[in-house]
Amino acid sequence: MKNKNPKPQHTKSNESTIHFKGTFIAVMLLGVIMVASWFGVYALFLSR
Amino acid sequence: MNLHKYEKIWLIFGIGSLAVFLAVIGFAAFWKGTHPQSHIETIDPQNVEAHEAFKPENLGLREVADGKYTVNIIASAFNYDLGKDENGNRVDTIRVPRGSTVLFQVTTPDVVHGFQIAGTNVNMMVEPGHISRYETVMKNNGEFTIVCNEYCGIGHHLMFGKVEVYD
Amino acid sequence: MAFMYVTFTSLLVGGLMGLLQTFVRSGKYTLPFGIDYYTILTVHGVILGLVMTTFFIIGFQFSLMGKTVGLTDKQRKAAWWSFWIMLAGTIMASVMVLTGQASVLYTFYAPLRAHPVFYFGLALVIIGSWIAVFINFRQLYLWRKANKGQKSPLLAYMVTINMIMWVIASLGVAVSVLVLFIPWSLGYTATINVLLSRTLFWYFGHPLVYFWLLPAYMAWYAIIPKIIGGKILSDSLARLAFILLLLFSIPVGFHHQLTEPGIDATWKFIQVVLTFMVVIPTLMTAFSIFATFEATGRKKGYTTLFGWFRKLPWKDVRFLAPFIGMVAFIPGGAGGIINASHQMNALIHNTIWVTGHFHLTAAMTSVLTFFGITYWLVPHLTGRRLTPRLNKLGIIQSLTWTVGMLIMSTAMHIQGLLGGPRRSNFSEYAGGAQVDTWISYQMAQESADRFSSLPSS
Repeated sequence: MKNKNPKPQHTKSNESTIHFKGTFIAVMLLGVIMVASWFGVYALFLSR
Repeated sequence: MNLHKYEKIWLIFGIGSLAVFLAVIGFAAFWKGTHPQSHIETIDPQNVEAHEAFKPENLGLREVADGKYTVNIIASAFNYDLGKDENGNRVDTIRVPRGSTVLFQVTTPDVVHGFQIAGTNVNMMVEPGHISRYETVMKNNGEFTIVCNEYCGIGHHLMFGKVEVYD
Repeated sequence: MAFMYVTFTSLLVGGLMGLLQTFVRSGKYTLPFGIDYYTILTVHGVILGLVMTTFFIIGFQFSLMGKTVGLTDKQRKAAWWSFWIMLAGTIMASVMVLTGQASVLYTFYAPLRAHPVFYFGLALVIIGSWIAVFINFRQLYLWRKANKGQKSPLLAYMVTINMIMWVIASLGVAVSVLVLFIPWSLGYTATINVLLSRTLFWYFGHPLVYFWLLPAYMAWYAIIPKIIGGKILSDSLARLAFILLLLFSIPVGFHHQLTEPGIDATWKFIQVVLTFMVVIPTLMTAFSIFATFEATGRKKGYTTLFGWFRKLPWKDVRFLAPFIGMVAFIPGGAGGIINASHQMNALIHNTIWVTGHFHLTAAMTSVLTFFGITYWLVPHLTGRRLTPRLNKLGIIQSLTWTVGMLIMSTAMHIQGLLGGPRRSNFSEYAGGAQVDTWISYQMAQESADRFSSLPSS
């Protein structure tokens, strides 16, 4: 199967943990939006 | 196929929050009984008056116990039949005190309708052959519009009623 | 390819209908010649929801298959058959809708009855699409026979998955139309099973929206990396995401029927759980896409935390349009989880929130990606070049579309939470303050819609 690191021949492959820091922050932001909006609407549901 | 460390954390977080959502709504539904309406009860759509709740004299608001009410409604294109007052005029507003428990029972003799009391959690599909039922506590006072939210024909947007919750 | 012309003609017609609708809804305009609001609503739904998307997707998939595994002359001929049958069906259904004999909206819920020709038209569209499906399967089969032991090309694999999903899903609507609706509309049967027809419709209706989404995913996984000059993060993860989508997407139609009286609550909840499972491949996709961007940027030497992000090819419409689509899928997906949350569904069911939701997911995520694909595909097919001038025009078009859709769907979401219904002509109902707040949001939607319709053609 494929290695998740797409460019081992261009850079040192053991850097892979540092490489996706930006990605990680971006997806976590996305996750926070998801959780916050869900609980927001749930609060509205409970208040009605 | 191996996942990147960050991807693992992300997926655990994502799937974890989905599990939390499910736990919250599952607990509320199965232990607190806040399922969406799902009483599988059928009725003959050609003859809804044969059912006790939908006899003409039983339509509209009735107090069944202290602070407990039942509202029986026949939805048909393009009208909600909320019964008649003592002078024989048709009722267009249901008035209940705040904090009362109200059971809404709706059926239809013709096509699919919606029944939503906008601003509350009462929101049901009304289908010919089925009785739709939802019990709720009217927590907030104010005027709430009953709207048909499923397209039922050319006069669909003219189908409405009102619920008034007073202190 | 001919499929593309139909796509964009129907986009023009459909967009116009959408514009007219919001005019009417805001209460400022009355339709001439006694044309009914619900007629144009049906046109908008059928043309954009069924015709434009299906033609685009099938056309796009044919060209992908042609590129990756090849198209024989015999298959090309059969593809034309599929095209003409679908077109004939479309015309039949549209004529009925336009003459006011089928104002049943695109969900055609029984017992609202349309002219039989409308149902025959729908059946033809489905049959035509099945021909396309079998051609695609045959293409892959022949390729595999010629290239034994090799992994099939990623795009061909994705197309096949999407088509398998389409067949399984459209079986539901085919049964519903052939067994329930046609005999009933011709008068052979007196009644129709309302609940069954609705369940069959949504058995089809929800996988249908994934059928719109997967081509966008194909582009995100396999074409975008090419455009930005990078490589897909992981081929096998992409394949896994597609397989998961296929498996989980089939039995989730009940989440459109959560407020239905005749379905047991436990069954509803089971499908809610399955619906949540569908989110997982999308979570994987989100990571893959960002990671592809970051890896590409870092390879080009941008080492700061978000330097790779600033250096994406923002000025290339083939990237920009799909990217906006991806961003729109963040609130779109979050809203989708809310929609599917069992009893919480009562808050938004059949309110205009839902309309806002699918304008984010379908009209922004899928359609903007389709725009991007078109800017990439048409020059490929016709051998022309996307000139800088055309690129600029494309960017302007994408941005206007975005701004318009954004204002409109935001207004729709808020109005929906306040209880404003979808699918309704202008009405003051019983009057009162509650309805007044709805109307102000209708106004916002109208102006936004006017904005986004302008450049769409």
